[in-house]
Amino acid sequence: MIFGIPLQALLGQLLIGLINGSFYALLSLGLAIIFGLLRVINFAHGAQYMLGAFFAWLLLSYFGIGYWPALVIAPLAVGVVGAIIERTMLRRLYTLDPLYGLLFTFGLALTIEGTFRYLYGASGQPYATPAALAGGTNLGFMFLPIYRGWVIAFSLVVCIGTWLVIEKTKLGSYLRAATENPILVQSFGINVPFLLTLTYALGAALAALAGVLAAPIYQVSPLMGSNIIIVVFAVVVVGGMGSIMGAIVTGYLLGVAEGLTKVFYPEASNIVIFVIMAIVLLIRPAGLFGRDV
Amino acid sequence: MTLTLDIDKPSEKKPVVVQTIILAAGLALLVLAPLFFYPVFLMKLLCFALFACAFNLLLGYTGLLSFGHAAFFGGAAYFTAHAVKEWGLPPELGILIGVAGAAFLGSIIGYLAIRRQGIYFAMITLALAQMFYFFCLQAEFTKGEDGIQSVPRGHLFGFIDLSQSTNMYYFVLGVFIIGVAIIWRIIHSPFGMILKSIRENETRAVSLGYSVRNYKLAAFVMSAALTGLAGGVKALVFQFATLTDVSWQMSGEVILMTLLGGIGTLIGPLFGAGLVVTLQNYLATSEFPVTIITGLVFMVCVLLFRRGIVGEFYNSRLGRKLGFEHRH
Repeated sequence: MIFGIPLQALLGQLLIGLINGSFYALLSLGLAIIFGLLRVINFAHGAQYMLGAFFAWLLLSYFGIGYWPALVIAPLAVGVVGAIIERTMLRRLYTLDPLYGLLFTFGLALTIEGTFRYLYGASGQPYATPAALAGGTNLGFMFLPIYRGWVIAFSLVVCIGTWLVIEKTKLGSYLRAATENPILVQSFGINVPFLLTLTYALGAALAALAGVLAAPIYQVSPLMGSNIIIVVFAVVVVGGMGSIMGAIVTGYLLGVAEGLTKVFYPEASNIVIFVIMAIVLLIRPAGLFGRDV
Repeated sequence: MTLTLDIDKPSEKKPVVVQTIILAAGLALLVLAPLFFYPVFLMKLLCFALFACAFNLLLGYTGLLSFGHAAFFGGAAYFTAHAVKEWGLPPELGILIGVAGAAFLGSIIGYLAIRRQGIYFAMITLALAQMFYFFCLQAEFTKGEDGIQSVPRGHLFGFIDLSQSTNMYYFVLGVFIIGVAIIWRIIHSPFGMILKSIRENETRAVSLGYSVRNYKLAAFVMSAALTGLAGGVKALVFQFATLTDVSWQMSGEVILMTLLGGIGTLIGPLFGAGLVVTLQNYLATSEFPVTIITGLVFMVCVLLFRRGIVGEFYNSRLGRKLGFEHRH
């Protein structure tokens, strides 16, 4: 018992918090990468997350393709769609005020969501947990469903992997350089327009990956993206989009904070992230890890 | 942060006569409209037009993109509905309470949001409005998912029966004209000029010694209050206030209306609102979801059509001839 709360309940909510945090981290990571290079806030990020989950569901129900191949195919497919959108439309907006990018991707999100709602209805579709990760294990102090443990571990690996790619590889150094000064980097013979396409595709694929991970936990529904994207925006405001690691850490922290609130004051669990955002704005407007833009 | 806003008020040189005629014709059209159209449809249109004009005061004339104006629109609808239904206040006082409530909300959200600029401002307003949405979802007085139903329209000033739809229409029209006149007054005042200078070059405005933060906050609160005016009236027109009006989709809708009509034009949002409301009415009976169309219109507008309908007209040959030329 801690503060009159049974340990079981506390740890249970902490686990849920960590899971939500995994999705916040994956999504805000993608947003931060896209924003860093393209200066576009990708409102369609939630829709791309939903697309990932939906592709996984469609693959299973129409082609009998299971979770593991879907974990690769769905992000690839969404990445390709993202690349096409960047090439044909988003590209035209780079010279304009960043707000137009936000409005364009907002329209894109509405269109994608509306289409899926039209085709598959607003209600959720269940997606079975893959057999290899079904069941749970008793940790002694609590019962851990294996799939949830897998989500936390896998998302951590993906986040750290992405961070390593950006900070430690040649490609990452190009990306970082292009973020600082695209014209100079282009004059060195690096294909910056291609980098931009690649970045948008990568961000979209990350969102889709989060979507596939989410499919067995939440219901696969056309609305799952818009529910989460606004919270992720708040996460991004708290973290500041200046640093990739900042986005990851803030994602997990706020997920846990949300989980803990559910234990101590359930009525506020919907809004605690927004409250934290308001407090951070008052104390440190640039965000916890942010440089002021 | 500068949106491409080369659209400005029409220059007031020789073709003033033409513009006066257009304005008079427009007014006459609005006065006679109930003879041809369904009054509730017209009232809905006017409410959304005022909402979009109030929103445009912020986006078009101050350069701030708020993604949370639904909080003021829907919030005011709740406040007015509650005041009229539960406290038994007359409609004019009920609307006043809606306006005051929206202004109060606006001062809190605005105070927090102006601490960041550009894209962050948009995200913060969206997040705070979403927080207000969750508050409305759980609060007692909003009646949760049901909303406040069967709100009485009451008697304006004690003797004009608003349950008659003709009376109600002219009341709404009056409020609309007053609202737009206030906006016109604001943007043509010295205060409005400073707002425009902030829109064009914020750093410069700071260096000229203007307290940009206070001006932004003032513009934000005014826009919120006028939005509240639209929301309060809407609650009386439809006689209910629900969660739809505080949802983020509503914030998106008002952005679309403004963008479609013409950011930074006084009457553009009126046309944008007209189109969107008509489209919604048209699609309301079909299975086809409005969001697909809304989203596509958004994308097309941003890619090809950033001046909006009225902006494009001002920029066209005819528009220039009539004296609506752009100021660059």
